[in-house]
Amino acid sequence: MKNLGVAAIAAALLLALTYVLDPFRDYQLATAAAYLCAVAGLTMLIGLNGQLSLGHGALMAFGAYPVALVQNAFANRGISSHWTLLIAVLTGVAVATVVGAVVGVAAARLHGPYLAGLTLVVAVAVPALATVFSGVFHGDQGLSVYLLPPPAALGPNFPFERWQAWLALAAAVLTVLLLANLHGSRFGRTLRAVRDDEVAARLAGIRVGRTRVLAFVVSAACAGLAGAMFAVLAQSVSPSAFTLTLSLNLLLAVVVGGLGSLAGAVWGSLLLVLLPWLVDTLTADLALSPDVRQRLAGNLPLALFGLLLVIVMIAAPGGVQGLLKGVLKHVPQGKAPPGGGRRRFAAGLRDRLHR
Amino acid sequence: MVAAGLLLASATACTDDSGGGSAGGSVPGVTETEVIVGTHHPLTGRAAAGYSKIHAATKAYFDYVNANGGVDGRKITYKVMDDGYNPANTQQVVRQLVLQDKVFAILNGLGTPTHTGVLDFLNTNRVPDLFVASGSRTWNQPEKYPNTFGFNPDYTIEGKIIANYIKTSLPGRKVCVFGQNDDFGADGLKGVQAVLGSDGIVRSETYDVTNTNVAPAIGAFKSAGCQVTVSFTVPAFTALAMGTAAQIGFRTQWIVSNVGSDYPTLAGLLKTEGTPLLEGMLSPGYLPSIFQTDNPWIVLFSRLNQQYNGNAPLDGNVIYGFAVGYLFVQALKAAGPDPTREGIVAAVEKGGFTGPSVAPLRFSANDHSGYGGLQMAQVKGGKQLPFGPLYTTDDGTGPVQQSDAVVNPPPDNGIPS
Repeated sequence: MKNLGVAAIAAALLLALTYVLDPFRDYQLATAAAYLCAVAGLTMLIGLNGQLSLGHGALMAFGAYPVALVQNAFANRGISSHWTLLIAVLTGVAVATVVGAVVGVAAARLHGPYLAGLTLVVAVAVPALATVFSGVFHGDQGLSVYLLPPPAALGPNFPFERWQAWLALAAAVLTVLLLANLHGSRFGRTLRAVRDDEVAARLAGIRVGRTRVLAFVVSAACAGLAGAMFAVLAQSVSPSAFTLTLSLNLLLAVVVGGLGSLAGAVWGSLLLVLLPWLVDTLTADLALSPDVRQRLAGNLPLALFGLLLVIVMIAAPGGVQGLLKGVLKHVPQGKAPPGGGRRRFAAGLRDRLHR
Repeated sequence: MVAAGLLLASATACTDDSGGGSAGGSVPGVTETEVIVGTHHPLTGRAAAGYSKIHAATKAYFDYVNANGGVDGRKITYKVMDDGYNPANTQQVVRQLVLQDKVFAILNGLGTPTHTGVLDFLNTNRVPDLFVASGSRTWNQPEKYPNTFGFNPDYTIEGKIIANYIKTSLPGRKVCVFGQNDDFGADGLKGVQAVLGSDGIVRSETYDVTNTNVAPAIGAFKSAGCQVTVSFTVPAFTALAMGTAAQIGFRTQWIVSNVGSDYPTLAGLLKTEGTPLLEGMLSPGYLPSIFQTDNPWIVLFSRLNQQYNGNAPLDGNVIYGFAVGYLFVQALKAAGPDPTREGIVAAVEKGGFTGPSVAPLRFSANDHSGYGGLQMAQVKGGKQLPFGPLYTTDDGTGPVQQSDAVVNPPPDNGIPS
């Protein structure tokens, strides 16, 4: 219940924020919020339960395509109401949850690299479904998503991007609230118990397999919601939006933000949106000869993005959240033990991934 | 849950520098000294090969114009964003161009799936969406998208003109169609069927860009005994199809869609040992070929390519990029000394543009499609050269007509007056 109060304050602050920002910032904020839904779910799965998934980008596709199909089905029957979007998003979440349950049952028996391998297969195979059943999913070209303009009650000049930000932020606040409650609940403790020692957990009467499947299902539902928001933001769905790169980006946000921490998930999601934009802005005004410009076109931002990530991981192996915590903890006491954080992180990661 | 506060803090932090590139006057992207236009192209990813040369040539042309005083004293700044051919990225970068960088117009946005997603956004923000780099018929909807204009001849008229050529020059042959599994292939097939009838095609197969195994389709063509194979393919798949056909001993007369038939690009993909496969390939075109070395437009663009484009290897993409730049400068000049967004849209609708193409631009108040005609070309002795008359038609049931291909040479300084 404490979380509910914080969530209400956060929602109010974010609502105010969308009025302060210009439409492009609102859109960036919306994108970060959509990422956050998936990253928060994934950080719980990896950090709290020790299951590594490389397939969450593909699970997002299962959340996104139903939104397109349901919205367009309503529109084709001449039904246009804002409520259809809620039905569409819920359908997306439901589909992703079911798929997550199927993958989760298989995943519950696997550990470490085998689990990563299985989810990698999901990430690679799912986008191909769109071309195999191109009659429904329209192949590589994908589907457009029918969306109504913001409700008329908000006024004629209400930016569409602010409306999108509201939708995505609502989804993100809801996701983080539910996950935060889960974090502190009996279920959260069960997750950690299974992560830390399966045998001990079993002796304590925890049904390990069921817990692992449930954790996967919850994070799949989060990924589904994120995918649904992606469909709302891009107003289109296509296989190229849900490739392995997306799955890896989600994982990157989890690790760079700080493994297992919801606040870290926020950092990670923001970085996913802001870092490419920042790098692009930095490199845009470089005066280069046409020859060099052609060689670097598009590649320089990617290279810088990678370099920045390497620097972040060296400087803050515990992720951004770990760095902040470290700063807060060590400022009064003086200096930190050299390499301590790194060793702790390495041990933690080994713990979580190789069990 | 500190998270929300952090989000607030970090997000407000980045509003401080949002003013970059905004216009001083009332027209977005236009100041006394500058006009900013933007675009989205695939600079990375699987679609980048070949297509990534287009924006550089357009930029080089603008650099040339800027070095000669610009347009009405304004320099043209061309802001190119990489979308990696991913529609989700296109949404992000086009919003950045319009909302943050405040561009005057979007010029030559590339790709059907990518650009389709931003049509509504550009329309609600009343941004001129000029000369889209794709042959989809989607761009020609003046009532729904009054600010969007195409550039390429659409794939349906291309299909009709190819089929008309088969009907007159290759009669009685077994015709097959190979197409990309999206609007590109479907519109092309529709055009071929409009002329030959649906029973005039022996076999039709499609491919997906994500699956490089075209052997089943090519095998089906071989067993159907296709004598003429019409191919609505991007360059990589043109090369794949030809290579696979050679491997299984399938001989056919290839007729390849304009976007997938650029000789230097294909020769680069097929390497030295595969290049002989291109001999005899037919393809329709509307811009001059780089092998027409005495064509005054090719002379001009080669010179500018050398001076302003780092002497990039000349191919169809480079010529295309220069043609886009030339057309935009004409449109901007036609919009008058104080261009507005409404003004340039009206100027494009008024039409009357000239340029390197043998084909006419169709722009009018109720037609926003690009070039309306094509001329056949064939590879002979390693040179891709156009021949025969120019053909024009519409994307419906209208007849395919011959017309005169008259191209005026460029002005002496290479800048439209």
